[in-house]
Amino acid sequence: MIQIKDLHKSYKMGKNSLHVLKGINFNVEEGELVAIMGSSGSGKSTLLNILGMLDELDEGTYTLDGVAIKNLNETKAAQYRNKFLGFIFQSFNLINYKSAAENVALPLYYQKVARKERQEKALKYLTQVGLKEWANHLPSELSGGQKQRVAIARAMAAEPKVLLADEPTGALDSTTSYEVMDLIQKINDQGNTILIVTHEPDIADMCKRIVHLKDGVIIEDKKIEQVRASKYV
Amino acid sequence: MFSRDNWREIFQTIQKNKLRTFLSGFTVALGILIFVVLFGFGNGLINTFQLFFEDDAQNIITFFPGQTTKPYKGYKSGRQIEFDRSDLADIEKNFPMFLEYVTPRIGRTYLTKFKNESNNYSTRGVAPSHQFAEKTIIMKGRYLDKLDILKKTKTAVIGRLVERDLFGQKDAIGNYIDVGGSVFKIVGVYQDDGGDDEERRIYVPYTTLQLIEKNNDKVDQIIVAFKPELGYSGAMALEKSLSTFFKEKKYINPNDQNGIFIRNVAEGLKQTQQLARVLQLIVSFVAFGTIIAGIIGISNIMVFVVKERTKELGIRKALGATPKSVIGTILLESIFITTISGVLGMLIGIAILSSLDKTLEDFFITDPFIDLSVAIFATVVLIIFGGVAGYIPAKRAARIKPIVALRDE
Repeated sequence: MIQIKDLHKSYKMGKNSLHVLKGINFNVEEGELVAIMGSSGSGKSTLLNILGMLDELDEGTYTLDGVAIKNLNETKAAQYRNKFLGFIFQSFNLINYKSAAENVALPLYYQKVARKERQEKALKYLTQVGLKEWANHLPSELSGGQKQRVAIARAMAAEPKVLLADEPTGALDSTTSYEVMDLIQKINDQGNTILIVTHEPDIADMCKRIVHLKDGVIIEDKKIEQVRASKYV
Repeated sequence: MFSRDNWREIFQTIQKNKLRTFLSGFTVALGILIFVVLFGFGNGLINTFQLFFEDDAQNIITFFPGQTTKPYKGYKSGRQIEFDRSDLADIEKNFPMFLEYVTPRIGRTYLTKFKNESNNYSTRGVAPSHQFAEKTIIMKGRYLDKLDILKKTKTAVIGRLVERDLFGQKDAIGNYIDVGGSVFKIVGVYQDDGGDDEERRIYVPYTTLQLIEKNNDKVDQIIVAFKPELGYSGAMALEKSLSTFFKEKKYINPNDQNGIFIRNVAEGLKQTQQLARVLQLIVSFVAFGTIIAGIIGISNIMVFVVKERTKELGIRKALGATPKSVIGTILLESIFITTISGVLGMLIGIAILSSLDKTLEDFFITDPFIDLSVAIFATVVLIIFGGVAGYIPAKRAARIKPIVALRDE
């Protein structure tokens, strides 16, 4: 699903250039649940941003579902993001004046899906994350865990190839974190490919594979026995 | 770009951000409102100035006899100049292509009596064309005519207030009044926009007055109406040649300023109109300043709006919004708000102007109004600049990378 070869990325900070990713080689198959781990500054968020086409790579190749991601203009990048990727952020990033259902329907709006179908789909995914009754509530009326579940529903609404989660449990307490992870595992069970950036080992243990980044290189890439979050819920 | 979905999205944004919408809408509406009202006031000012002159005809040059102060051709200084009927004929003969009409005016004040009522009124001996010079409006009966002049009839046209004073509610036409010892038949009653004084006058044929006064030939003033197409410079030139003509005929030193006095309405009118125009210019300047202030206001708000929405736009971009759709959303929203509030401000302004009507007459503002085209033009200018003001920050926002926008907590 994802092939990355020899990926380099550096940031210019005035005269100095900060080499963040120093040659990453990395493949993800369909249906995998991968945790990208590393301390802060290891380059894990940069890697995720490049995977999410939110940032551009300097060197190397990135192929997503057989499509080379290269030299995209803004419009093209926006279309690819919409078609291929679903994002889950640490700070949820819901639009605060839109109801849960409207937030979930937003990616579909940019896919030019008809309004009625959007509403149906939004409700379907909200049901899937267990928030059917909260469809008409504003984000400010939801708890942190509920907000993240709305965000997950939104990420799935466009039926993307890959879900990218940047510290999805970073702003949640551990009980809520496990609930969210349980949801993510269930989505993965349905065959969705998911990448999670985290620095929490217990969250990483709930994935099927852990990629360890340090100083811009992968120092460890191992398949693990998944810990089911449902045990803790 | 203009699909129903887009509009729904825009309406939702507007509805859910009422303060923001109100602020930007208010700026625009207020800008247009003040512009319309100020501009209208400027026009009202001009109206007032024009009214000052509307009471009398504006193509009038009046000649008053004076006393010479310089000796000339054997005549001593201090000689009283007098006009007579031959002067009228000479003017008509020498300047026919420039003139509409010429009328003499003899001014007297006589005790006027009807039955037990009496009062002193200014009585004027005039020719029929004097009606146009003074813009006398006949309410009933008729004005003096050529036959009256020729036959020196004892007919009088009296002012509305003279009739009220002497006759009360009764009809004066056909009655006889005693004017300074002679009996005149009233043939007409007039009104005049020049105020109460002008409606307390009595007009009689000038030839009749001359007859009563020992059958002399004198007239007090000569009123010359030039053809309006002469324009300002033509009127000034005519004034000059008439003055030369009189001075020559009456043996007045060409450099004597006091032999003949001249009042040219065109001159005063021009000066006043210039003053009004300068005032209008100043008012327009202030009004356009308001529009510019409005443009700056809406620009500021749009910059703020885009800044405030940076994160939201970042989220939208991460979810697949193209730069075009981001710009489109912001632009449509800003144009929508400015259009609605601009038109609203314009309509309120026009409503205020038309409701004012004559209430501000004490402040020299009469019937303030604004051409609809000017008002619409100003509104469109503000809408366009509102759009431009929205476009620049929107374009910048659309270029921001989603990660940068999302980091902006």
